[in-house]
Amino acid sequence: MGLGRLAQPMARTESQHRTRRRRESAAPALPAAREARPVAAVPGAAPVIDFRGVSKRYPSGDIGLDQVTFSIDRGEFVFLVGSTGSGKSTVMRLLIKELDPTGGTLRVAGHDLGQIKRNRIAYYRRNIGVVFQDFKLLPSRTVYDNVAYALQVTGGTRREIRDKVPDILRLTGLSLKLHNYPDQLSGGEQQRVSIARAFVNHPPLLLADEPTGNLDPETSVDIMRLLYRINRTGTTVLVATHDQAMVDKMRRRVLELSEGRIVRDEATGLYTRDETTREFARRMRQPPTRPDGV
Amino acid sequence: MKLGFFLKEALRSMRRSAAPSFAALATVLVTMLVLGVFIPIVQATNGAADSVRGRVEVDVYMNTNATAADDARVRNELLGLPHVRSVQFVSKQQAYQQQSAQNEQAYELLGSNPLPDTFHVIPDNPANVLAVHSEISGSGSGSGGGGLIDSSIQTVSNKQSDTQKILEVTNLVTITAAVLTVLLAIASILLIANTIRLSLYARRREVEVMKLVGATDWFIRVPFMIEGVIVGAAGALLAVAVLGATKIALLDPLASNWTLIAAPRTIGFSVLVIVLLAAGTLVSALGSGLSLRRFLRV
Repeated sequence: MGLGRLAQPMARTESQHRTRRRRESAAPALPAAREARPVAAVPGAAPVIDFRGVSKRYPSGDIGLDQVTFSIDRGEFVFLVGSTGSGKSTVMRLLIKELDPTGGTLRVAGHDLGQIKRNRIAYYRRNIGVVFQDFKLLPSRTVYDNVAYALQVTGGTRREIRDKVPDILRLTGLSLKLHNYPDQLSGGEQQRVSIARAFVNHPPLLLADEPTGNLDPETSVDIMRLLYRINRTGTTVLVATHDQAMVDKMRRRVLELSEGRIVRDEATGLYTRDETTREFARRMRQPPTRPDGV
Repeated sequence: MKLGFFLKEALRSMRRSAAPSFAALATVLVTMLVLGVFIPIVQATNGAADSVRGRVEVDVYMNTNATAADDARVRNELLGLPHVRSVQFVSKQQAYQQQSAQNEQAYELLGSNPLPDTFHVIPDNPANVLAVHSEISGSGSGSGGGGLIDSSIQTVSNKQSDTQKILEVTNLVTITAAVLTVLLAIASILLIANTIRLSLYARRREVEVMKLVGATDWFIRVPFMIEGVIVGAAGALLAVAVLGATKIALLDPLASNWTLIAAPRTIGFSVLVIVLLAAGTLVSALGSGLSLRRFLRV
């Protein structure tokens, strides 16, 4: 029952994204010009992610999270940092309800994840795009079919798939790799497929767990640029990473975890600046010795 | 649209993981072949045992001076006993004709007919033959242990030891066949289920990814079950084809040339085909569906 209410606000944002996307594809101009205006974070509305004293203790006795409290508003781009074992992945796995917390309440779009029944989890997950460090593509499917699967799962029609999949693959720069299998792609390309799959439904929330963990710095910038572009369509993006240099350059809100606790929550000055992805990429490629260079 | 999609999914995964699918198909083929050979053999064995047991009976010999009225009375008495299915009367004339046909000269020498009127008493169940015997001979519970049930009866055949042997041996044969059938059925199910499990295990990461993308359990399960149906049906069909070829090439000529060997009544070939197809398909589909449960817990 919690899901029926949960799906409504999400469906509304999704249709907003869709109109935006349509407008973009109608004007085949430069990528920067095609982008929609960023949606500013809305502090007053119900947060997209709301952790209230969430704890996770594993059956082995290890503590994954210890009384963690934070919230993320709609349209934010947030980094979750910390060394391995600090609880980043636990946060991600709690958010997709792969795990259940052992204490506290966890709300997504205002609705308690504890209220979602086991057989409704699949429907809940369709509202969240997830990107993993190891890509998690289906090896027996082509790029096109991997992305199409996310639509088929939700009962998407053939027409819908024909419309949306080439669109999203163009956005992620994979138009020429449609019929390749994952093992024929480079790491960066595979990660872009996985982002395309995560975003093809235009979910209001996108989670990325170490999306650049297996990639070289140059490719990592591309991936971050793609995530930033997705964020600018209004999607809330939460990225877990231990790539400190990347986080410093991005200058977004940073949550730092250490041994299962939040030890830092800060937003840097440029956070609210309206920046095109092109400017963003230029700034990201600059050497870290000139952090104020834009 | 939905069914077409599921069918395409099943075919795709069979194409992409041909080796495990082939292993499952070969397993179904072999087990169904063994079952297909074993079922008629078990039935023939049981049939043979039954026909041996069917010959078990109690012979009641009348006095040689018994009248037709005596015969009619004894017949009614015998029919009134518990566990008696039927009573067959052989008059002394009939008995003489039968016996003298076998050994003409010896009976001619005798000159007269020494044979008595005889009743063949057939019990309702071969296992009850001893009870019937003791009822007639008077040592049973019903008659209080006071001799034969009728004074015009001379003797009751006493082939106890033979009868007992027949019963024991045929019982053993029947039980052994039943146990073997059950064991073989269990082995077949386990073998098929295990092969399917292995091929699913190879794809458990794929299932995990599907779950994470938001696929419901049934959405993932149905293509796997369709795959199980296809593999099971194909394996069973091949087995049936091999069995059919063997039957036409080897068994049928044998049966027509060797009419001496009375063919025991076994399952009809068409029934066997249906049983094998149904078993192969069902076990394979259910095995796929159930084995997947483990990997769906993400």
